[in-house]
Amino acid sequence: MEVTLQNLTKKFPGRDKKKHEDVIAVNDFTFEIPDGKLIGLLGPSGCGKSTTLNLISGLLKPTEGRIFFGEEDVTDLPPENRGIGLVFQNYALYPHLTVKQNILFPLENLKGKDKLSKAQMLEKAYEAARLVQIDDLMDRKPGELSGGQQQRVAIARALVKRPKVLLLDEPLSNLDARLRLQTREEIRRIQRETKITTIFVTHDQEEAMSISDMIVVMKEGVVQQIDKPQKVYDDPKNLFVAKFLGTPPVNVFTGQIKDQKLYIGNDCVMEAKGVKDQAVYVGIRPEGFCPRADGTLCCILQGVEVMGRDISVISANEASLNTTVRSIVGTENKADMEKILSMSEGRITNDAVVKFALAPHKVFIFQKETEERIYL
Amino acid sequence: MGVNMVKKLKSSSFKGWIYLLPAILFLGCFMVYPLIDVFIYSFEEGYNSASQTYFGVGFYNYSYVLHDPYFLQAVKNTFILVIITVPLSTGIALFISLGLSMIKPLKNLFQTIYFLPYVTNTLAVGLVFMILFKKTAYSEGLVNLMISWFGGKTVDFIDGPYWAKMFVLCFYTIWIVLPFKILILTSALSSVDQIYYNAAKVDGTSKFRTFMKITLPMISPMIFYLIITGFIGAFKAYSDAVALFGTNLNAAEMNTIVGYVYDMLYGDSGGYPSYASAAAIILFAIVLTITCINLLISKKNVHY
Repeated sequence: MEVTLQNLTKKFPGRDKKKHEDVIAVNDFTFEIPDGKLIGLLGPSGCGKSTTLNLISGLLKPTEGRIFFGEEDVTDLPPENRGIGLVFQNYALYPHLTVKQNILFPLENLKGKDKLSKAQMLEKAYEAARLVQIDDLMDRKPGELSGGQQQRVAIARALVKRPKVLLLDEPLSNLDARLRLQTREEIRRIQRETKITTIFVTHDQEEAMSISDMIVVMKEGVVQQIDKPQKVYDDPKNLFVAKFLGTPPVNVFTGQIKDQKLYIGNDCVMEAKGVKDQAVYVGIRPEGFCPRADGTLCCILQGVEVMGRDISVISANEASLNTTVRSIVGTENKADMEKILSMSEGRITNDAVVKFALAPHKVFIFQKETEERIYL
Repeated sequence: MGVNMVKKLKSSSFKGWIYLLPAILFLGCFMVYPLIDVFIYSFEEGYNSASQTYFGVGFYNYSYVLHDPYFLQAVKNTFILVIITVPLSTGIALFISLGLSMIKPLKNLFQTIYFLPYVTNTLAVGLVFMILFKKTAYSEGLVNLMISWFGGKTVDFIDGPYWAKMFVLCFYTIWIVLPFKILILTSALSSVDQIYYNAAKVDGTSKFRTFMKITLPMISPMIFYLIITGFIGAFKAYSDAVALFGTNLNAAEMNTIVGYVYDMLYGDSGGYPSYASAAAIILFAIVLTITCINLLISKKNVHY
C-alpha cells in the first residue's frame, strides 16, 4: 500500500497564552512512500517525526493536508478504520494480560463479518508469534520478558491483524546496544517477509541508514531530504543533513571561493569551477582525507587513535568549526601510515604538520547564509 | 575483631530500641494492652467492674451475647449496611470518577464539589439530613414533600418503618464515604497511561471493552483497597446511626455491633464489660474472616 502525504501540516496551540503563536510540528509535508518499502523518518528530537507518525496513524488530526493509503483518502478516518499496526516507543503492552492475550486483543475486537472463531484467532496469533519468534513465551506476562522480547510481542500484536501499513515509533530506543543491532535486522527480516509498507521513526542515523530502503531527514517540522540512505550520505542537500548523518560526523570548515578555487584557511584545496567568489562552509567526510606528502590541506597533528582496521587521525585546523578534525585513514598505504604513527609516538609538538589530500566526492560546499549545497 | 563486631551490633541494636521506645510505649499502653485485656475480659464470667471480681472462666459471655436479641438485631443491621453500602458506594464513586476523567471544562470545580462532604462538619451534615428526612411540626421533610408531589404516601424516615430508617442510614453512609473514594479513583484513573488507550484505539477497541479490559484491571489495586477499607469502615459504623436516630438505638432497631459494644459499656443498661468484650471479639472475628475472603478473591482479580 503506497502512503501519500499531501501538504500535511500540524499546528499545536502555543503554551504561551500571551503570544497566541502556534507551534508548527509538521510543516507542509508532501511525499509518497512506495508500496512494500521500509521508510525511516530521521531527525533530532522535537523535529516532528513522531507527530508525523501519529498523523499517519490517525491518533492526531492534521491541521491541513491530506493522507492517502493507495487511492483512498484516509484523512478523516479514525485509526481503527485505517488498517494500520502501530508499535509504540515503550511498546504499550497491557501489563495484566499474557503475551497470548496481548496478541489476541486486536482480533477479539473484530465485529460483524470479520469476526473470527476462537480457533482461527489462536491460529493467527501463533502465526504472528512465530514470525517474531516468541511462540514459546505465549503464557508469560510482559513484565517477565526482556526488552527485546517485549518489542517482538509489540510487533506481533501490530502485525496480527495484517495491517496495510506498519508504523514503528522509535522501535529500538529502549534496547541496549547489542540487542539494538539484532532487533533492527529482525525488523528488516520481518518487513521483507510480510512485505508490509513500514514507516519507522528514529533519531539514530545509523539505525535509519542500516535498514531503511529510504530515509526522510527532518528538521524543525520541515523535510530536508528524501532519498536512499547511501545517496543522502553521499549527496547531502544542505549542511544540516551532512552534519546529521555519519559517525564520526562530517568535519566542517569555513572556506572561501576565490577565482574558482576553494580555499580552507590559506590552503587551496580544490578546484571549484563555475562557482562565483563567496564565503562558504566546507564539509569533509572523515574518510575523505588522505595523508600525503604532497597533500593540500595542512593540519596540526594532535593524536592518533588506532582501531586495527583503520586509524583515526586527530588534528587541528584554524578554519575548522569542530574542535578537532577527525579523519579516518585506511591502513593500506603503509609508508604514509608509518610516518604518521612515528610522528604520534613520543611527544607531539605544535609543529607536527600533517598534510591531507582530499577525495573530491567526499567534499561538500555549502552557501554561508542558506547552508544549502553548492553543486560543483 | 569478632568480639568488637558483636559489641557494636549489640550497642547499635540497643540504640535502635531507644529510638523505638516512645512508639512502643504508646502503642503498648493504648493498643496492645487493651487488646489483650478485652480478650481476657471476654472469658471472665460475671465480672464486676466496681469490685473487679468474677466468678469463673468460660464461654458464657459469648453465649449470652449470641442469644441477646439486641445483638442479633445489631448484627443484622450491620450486615445489611455493609452489603448495601460497600458495593454501591464504590460503584457510584467509580461512575462519578469516570465522568470526571472524561470532562475537561469545569473538572476542577466538580472535583471540589464532590470532595466537599469530606471536609464538612458532621453536625452540618446532620442538619442537612434533618431537612431532607425529618418530620417536624412545621414540615414533613424535603423528601416527603417530593414524594407527595408525585402522589406518593409520605413516610416517616426517622421514626417510621424499619426499611425507611435503613434507607436513610445507607444513604447517609454512602454519601459520607463517597468523596474519599472519588478522590482515590480519580487519581487512579488519571495514572493509567494514555498510551494504553491509544493502543486500544488503534486496534479498534470499543469503549466498553476498553473499560472492562484495560481501565478496570489497571485500577484494580485501588478498587480493592477501597473495598477492603470500605468493609472494615462499614463494620465499625456507629456514629452515623447516632447522628440520625439518637443514642437509644436499640429502641429504634437501628443499633450496630459497635453500638451494642458501647451500650454494654456505658449505655443506660450498661456496665457489662465482659459482654462488651465478647461482642467486640466477635466483631473482630467477622472482620478478619471477611478480609481474608477479600484477599483470596483479590489474588485472582487484582493486577499489581
